Amino acid sequence: MLAATPAHVVADWGVFVVAAVVVLAGALGVVTARHPVHCALFLIQTLFGVAVLFVSELAHFLAAVQVIVYAGAIVVLFLFVIMLLGVDRSEQVAAEPLRGQRPTAILLGIIGLAEFAGLVRSNQWATGAVSASGPANAAGSNVELLGRSLFSTYLLPFEVTSVLLVIAVVAAVVLARRPPRPTPDEVAEDDERAVREREGVAT
Amino acid sequence: MTTVPSSWYLTLSAVLFTIGAVGLLVRRNVLVMFMCVELMLNAVNLTFVTFSRMLNDIGGQTVVFFVMVVAAAEVVVGLGIIVAIFRRKANATADDLHILKG
Repeated sequence: MLAATPAHVVADWGVFVVAAVVVLAGALGVVTARHPVHCALFLIQTLFGVAVLFVSELAHFLAAVQVIVYAGAIVVLFLFVIMLLGVDRSEQVAAEPLRGQRPTAILLGIIGLAEFAGLVRSNQWATGAVSASGPANAAGSNVELLGRSLFSTYLLPFEVTSVLLVIAVVAAVVLARRPPRPTPDEVAEDDERAVREREGVAT
Repeated sequence: MTTVPSSWYLTLSAVLFTIGAVGLLVRRNVLVMFMCVELMLNAVNLTFVTFSRMLNDIGGQTVVFFVMVVAAAEVVVGLGIIVAIFRRKANATADDLHILKG
C-alpha cells in the first residue's frame, strides 16, 4: 500500500508523525519530570514540535514567532526565575499529599479526552462561512496575508494588545519590586512601640 | 500544504490539551503548573491554525497571534507573582499557599 501512495504524501505523514511524537513526548516530560529545569527543557521540545506542525500547515510566520517568542523568550524567563530564586529543588513526584487527587485528575483527563474524541468523530468541527476574514491561500506570502489581516480587520484588537503589554510591564515591575526598607526613624519608632508593649504586658 | 487530514491535527491537539490539564491538576510546583498552562495554550493554538487551514481563513492565524501576546503578558505577571511568593516563603508548593482559606 505504501508503494502506491505518492512520495509527498508519505513525506507529509512522516513529518506529522515525527512532530507528533516530539510534541507528546515533550508534554509528558513536562508533566512527569521531577526537576523544574528539566520541565522547562521538555517544554522547549514541545514548542519546537508545534512549530514544525505550524510550518506543515503553512503558518510560517507563526512558526517563527513560536520559536523566537515562546522558546526564545518565555522559556528563558521561566529558567531565569527558576535559577534566580534557587527553587530548582526536585519535587517528590511520587508523594501524594491529597488522597485520591491523582486518580481523580487522570479520570477527569480521560473524560475530557473522550469528549474531544467524540467531537472529532462527529465531523461537525468547522462549520460556518469559509474565508470570512480573508483567504489563507491567496496570492502573496503568509506574512503579507497575516499582516494585512492584522492591520486592517483586527486593527483595534492589535492596538488593545499594546495597552495590555504596557499593563503587564507595569505589573511585573510592581510585583517583583522589593518592599522599601524602613527608614531609621521608623525602626526607632517600632522599637519604642515594642518596648512599650512589652512593659504593658509585664504590668 | 500537508495532505494529512485535519482530524489528525485536532486529535493531537486534544491529547496535548489533556496532558496539560492533567499536569496542572497533578503537579504541585507552581512553576511547573504554569508550564502546563503553556502546554494547554499551545494545544489551542494548534487547533486554531488547523481550523484556519480547514476554512481557508487567515483569521485563525491572527487569533493565534493575539493568543501569543496574551500568553506573554500572562507569563510576565504570573512569574512576578511567583517571585513575590517565593520571596515570602522559599520552596512553596501550591499546597502551602492557603492564606485565603476560610
